Amino acid sequence: MSKGEIAKHIEAQEKETLASSGMDASEETRSASFLQKDNRVFFSRSLSSDVEILDIREALEKIPAAKENYGRAFKALNREYPQDTEGGYFIRIKKDAVVQMPIQACLFLKSQGFKQKVHNVVIVEEGAKVYLITGCSASTAAKEGFHLGISEFFIHKGAYLNFTMIHSWQEEVSVKPMSIALLDEGAVYVSNYICMRPVKEIIMYPTAVLSGERSRASFNSLVLSHPNCLHDIGSRAILRAKNTQAEMTARAVSMGGNVISRGHIKAESPLVKGHLECRGLMLSEKGHIYAIPEMETDFRDVDLSHEAAIGKISKDEIEYLCARGFSQNEAQSIIVRGFMDVNILGLPEMLRKEISQIEEQTLKGSF
Amino acid sequence: MLEIINLSVQVGKKMILRDINLVIRKDVPAVLFGPNGSGKSTLLKAIMGFSGYEVKKGDIVFNGKKINDLPIEKRVSLGLGIMFQNPPKITGVKLVQIARFLSQDEQKIQELAGRLSLRNHLDRDINAEFSGGEMKRSELFQIIMQDPQMLLLDEPESGVDLENISIMGKALNDYLKKPGKSALMITHTGYILDYVKADNGCVMIDGELWCVGKPKEMFESIRKNGYGKCKECLHVQGRDS
Ligand SMILES: Nc1ncnc2c1ncn2[C@@H]1O[C@H](COP(=O)(O)OP(=O)(O)O)[C@@H](O)[C@H]1O
Ligand SMILES: [Mg+2]
Repeated sequence: MSKGEIAKHIEAQEKETLASSGMDASEETRSASFLQKDNRVFFSRSLSSDVEILDIREALEKIPAAKENYGRAFKALNREYPQDTEGGYFIRIKKDAVVQMPIQACLFLKSQGFKQKVHNVVIVEEGAKVYLITGCSASTAAKEGFHLGISEFFIHKGAYLNFTMIHSWQEEVSVKPMSIALLDEGAVYVSNYICMRPVKEIIMYPTAVLSGERSRASFNSLVLSHPNCLHDIGSRAILRAKNTQAEMTARAVSMGGNVISRGHIKAESPLVKGHLECRGLMLSEKGHIYAIPEMETDFRDVDLSHEAAIGKISKDEIEYLCARGFSQNEAQSIIVRGFMDVNILGLPEMLRKEISQIEEQTLKGSF
Repeated sequence: MLEIINLSVQVGKKMILRDINLVIRKDVPAVLFGPNGSGKSTLLKAIMGFSGYEVKKGDIVFNGKKINDLPIEKRVSLGLGIMFQNPPKITGVKLVQIARFLSQDEQKIQELAGRLSLRNHLDRDINAEFSGGEMKRSELFQIIMQDPQMLLLDEPESGVDLENISIMGKALNDYLKKPGKSALMITHTGYILDYVKADNGCVMIDGELWCVGKPKEMFESIRKNGYGKCKECLHVQGRDS
């Protein structure tokens, strides 16, 4: 099979929305690809010997580690998870492998009214490093639909996972990602979330459990909430070992939608650090932003802090740009784009540029 | 080029400027002196059309066209430009983005940025953590890129060290030497007068224009005698300055 094979499974009218969720159909800049539409896996292939990628159903039959880990993250938190999933991906990165090109996984809602439910398992073995872009999107035909995405991440000793999830839905789609990451000693987990297009509602509270000493987690999100949308988006870090660290950075813009920006850092060990930052921008008289930062501990020697700020675009900033010749609209758009700063995502240069372009394209259509 | 006719401007509930008359011709930059709080910045902001600066009476005419009611960006497209005294910082918006909006000529951007020691600032958030002098240089950089006919300069050299004043002054002078350009400059220090040829000066006191003359002489006199004397000498108000 040659590169770009995945494109054969993409219909013309699906191209734009898949691209807007981070899909590189040429596979040139990807080390592995996965594509599921509704409940059917169309494509899964790795171009790197360090990366395994396959339908979770197949993995559960063939790979012992898939079976052993399936549901393990939820058990670690005594939480239940839905059993009626169909599909999802299994990804495993070999010990000590540094995977240069990102892996792409696309979960696509194709049919009107479909309820897509997937369960993903990602294992990053000791010392390995990888970038994973998961694009979740809906076809223009699927005005209405539902997506449930369960993800379990196992990041072993000294391993690094940068997980960037890009959502590109339709007005009447309800979305419920549920994810838990378990971090061993010295592991690093960066979880990025980007959602700029309309959606009915998204409810998510991804969690990282830092059980190994010196592990670090950071959650970053960029959310644009259109009228009639609800984004209830949180992130939670449970610091269970010494010298662990969590950071959360949220940027939310309401163009009339409702945003609840939650963050919860729980220090279950002494000598840990956590910081939460949330900034909100209100562009419309309608809409609502509600920032709820939470922090808790039973220990004295922890360092937990938060900052939150919500406001509208300052008139001075708009007029400054107008005095350089930008129209009011252009000025607003450039300020919002600056606010939605992809630099907070901790991405390498190439990926940062790519995500920045996606953001640019999407925001262009929003103003 | 720019005519201010019987202009009264209100800010908040307070009438800040009263019956201002001023004409600035092309190729003849003018200087505006005046104590703190006298209304100099207010005049510049009213000319640009910033919100909150309400024209209560009179007209602002630019190249024969009344611009009182035009939005800021329209005035800019007609050829007005302002260098801010206190520009706002804008998170995530880079200086280079604005430069590229103002000019497609990448070489020109790099050259001027180099000349004003701003190469390392191009990729930084605009005005965020810029020092006072850097902010002024960045303002001058942008305004030269913008290439307006009529430059409004609000204390361009305040807070700038002597070496940089010289760099800025020369860049500004090169710009104003081009045919068809003009400027209205506010200065306290007078340093800028060492670099830029300006033939007319006037003094603003308590929202009114007093005294017209040669900027250098006026500056010397203000330095010796303070602004109090300006009221006494009472030349005809700014008309035809
Ligand atoms: N936004 C504002 N609201 C109320 N008063 C203002 C505002 N801006 C300026 N003023 C007042 O207008 C007067 C003139 O200010 P300004 O034009 O900035 O003076 P200058 O530039 O000559 O120092 C001052 O008394 C100042 O306090
Ligand atoms: Mg002033």
